[in-house]
Amino acid sequence: MWNTIGALILDPNVRWIIVGCMLLGLSSGVIGSFMVLRKQSLIGDALAHAALPGICIAFMLSGVKSTGGFFIGALVAGVLATFGIRWITQYSRIKQDAAMGIILSFFFGVGVLLLTHIQHSGDGGQSGLDKYLFGQAASMMQSDVYVLAGISLLMIVICVALFRLFKLISFDPGFAKGMGLPVAFLEQLLLLLTVIIVVAGIQAVGVVLMSALLITPAIAARFWTDRLHIMVMVSGIFGALSGLIGTLWSGMVSQLPTGPVTVLAATVFFAISALCAPRRGWLAKLWSRKQTKEQWQRQGGISHE
Amino acid sequence: MTHLSLSDPIAVTDNNAMAMPLQVTGLTVAYHKKPVVQDVSFTLAPGRLIGLIGPNGAGKSTLLKASLGLVPSIAGDVKVYGKTYQQHRKKIGYVPQRESVDWDFPTNALDVVLMGTYGRLGWFRRPGKHEHETAMECLRKVGMADYAQRQISQLSGGQQQRIFLARALAQQAQLYLMDEPFAGVDATTEKAIISLLEQLKAEGKTVLVVHHDLSTVEAYFDDVLLLNRTLIGVGAVKDIFNADMLQQTYGGKMAVLQGKEGIVLAGK
Repeated sequence: MWNTIGALILDPNVRWIIVGCMLLGLSSGVIGSFMVLRKQSLIGDALAHAALPGICIAFMLSGVKSTGGFFIGALVAGVLATFGIRWITQYSRIKQDAAMGIILSFFFGVGVLLLTHIQHSGDGGQSGLDKYLFGQAASMMQSDVYVLAGISLLMIVICVALFRLFKLISFDPGFAKGMGLPVAFLEQLLLLLTVIIVVAGIQAVGVVLMSALLITPAIAARFWTDRLHIMVMVSGIFGALSGLIGTLWSGMVSQLPTGPVTVLAATVFFAISALCAPRRGWLAKLWSRKQTKEQWQRQGGISHE
Repeated sequence: MTHLSLSDPIAVTDNNAMAMPLQVTGLTVAYHKKPVVQDVSFTLAPGRLIGLIGPNGAGKSTLLKASLGLVPSIAGDVKVYGKTYQQHRKKIGYVPQRESVDWDFPTNALDVVLMGTYGRLGWFRRPGKHEHETAMECLRKVGMADYAQRQISQLSGGQQQRIFLARALAQQAQLYLMDEPFAGVDATTEKAIISLLEQLKAEGKTVLVVHHDLSTVEAYFDDVLLLNRTLIGVGAVKDIFNADMLQQTYGGKMAVLQGKEGIVLAGK
């Protein structure tokens, strides 16, 4: 197995893909932290699913498979989906979770319909669009990696520069608004960053599982710390490592899509964190409960403080 | 529409009434077509503690939020020291309800108090030594200095409430709007909060507090606003906090008896 991994890493094409997936994991881990804390975990899921019809329409209009065209199609669809969600919550009594459910399934339904149509048409066979369901990192080219690197850099610069404000609107948006901060603008900015990273990640991870890369590293990171900036960094690292493991793993098995294995890797990080993290982890909680109980029994059940 | 005013004790003319801490005129707020606050007008005078009293669903929180521009109003006008709240936002300190946030957020007490300084810092400037000193001073004022580094989920409800107050103090405002600061706190915290309110008043600041416990109104506040969707009454506690006005405010929900010892209330 180590020989296979060694051979993979030495292959310059694979190296580009690994770098791309790690950058993707890093940025989605960072942005995902804010989305999870804002209780908007599922927005990434809605956005990713919504991207499918955008990709299909981009293909139908241009007739060629181009990453740039797909990116624009997915971006437009993602932005439309966020407008749809906001419109529903604003003009009806439907809550955000239900609104996301409606939009997610509607867009995805249309996407699958279009996908089937394309595959049954003449040149559909070579379109490779079905790869966008579960992601195939191997299809990434050097130029894609450059794009991902640019996006990651942009994302990290914005998150560092506006860290305090993102933190405030995640913790207490009402207070931030009362202070006169442009909360609506900052929320839209955060959402836009999410759309961009989701769309950028679809090629590698796929529309079905992209949201896991936003959510799972963030909740895993939460176990290790009570400080937001550390949580964001740890989440980025977990995301990057998941990208690395996912790419290597899917590279070793033919026909294995990258998305599911990347998500599995992230889930392993989550499981380890939930189990072993100091203080917040399950084992630590068990241990401290046991100690409290023993101490109580040692002093005969009565506190003599 | 009569314009009820709290400024009577100081006897102000219309001209300098412009600079009153808070002047609300004809404020109306509606959710889904139903008006929750209707045509409310009042003026708060400086250096007073004002209780905002009314039954559940009377629109107390909504009135507070609408005064801050947090919820849209369909009619009316709010002036803070004679200007719109956008122009004078830095003069307002706000204490939201404690339940409005998730206390499991990864941050500590000092960080939350520091958030009070963000309004003055602008977009990119980081809180420096000065802001940290301000935040620590505010924590000291609410008796929470020893808990500065404590993760906020490990604080008791009363301590969390005091952190919110410290954060509002860090805003260094002139007018404070507090949404139920006394809700669910123990006697220690209640005492800490009331002495803080007295201190703010001594500094000439104006504090409007949404309050539920009718038995402490006379002890804590100078003035009251009685609200049940519309403004039932506004004025000095000694003038309008009586059985008759409370009966009007609480309607059929409360039996109010006035005895020698003060006001006795009984739920119906």
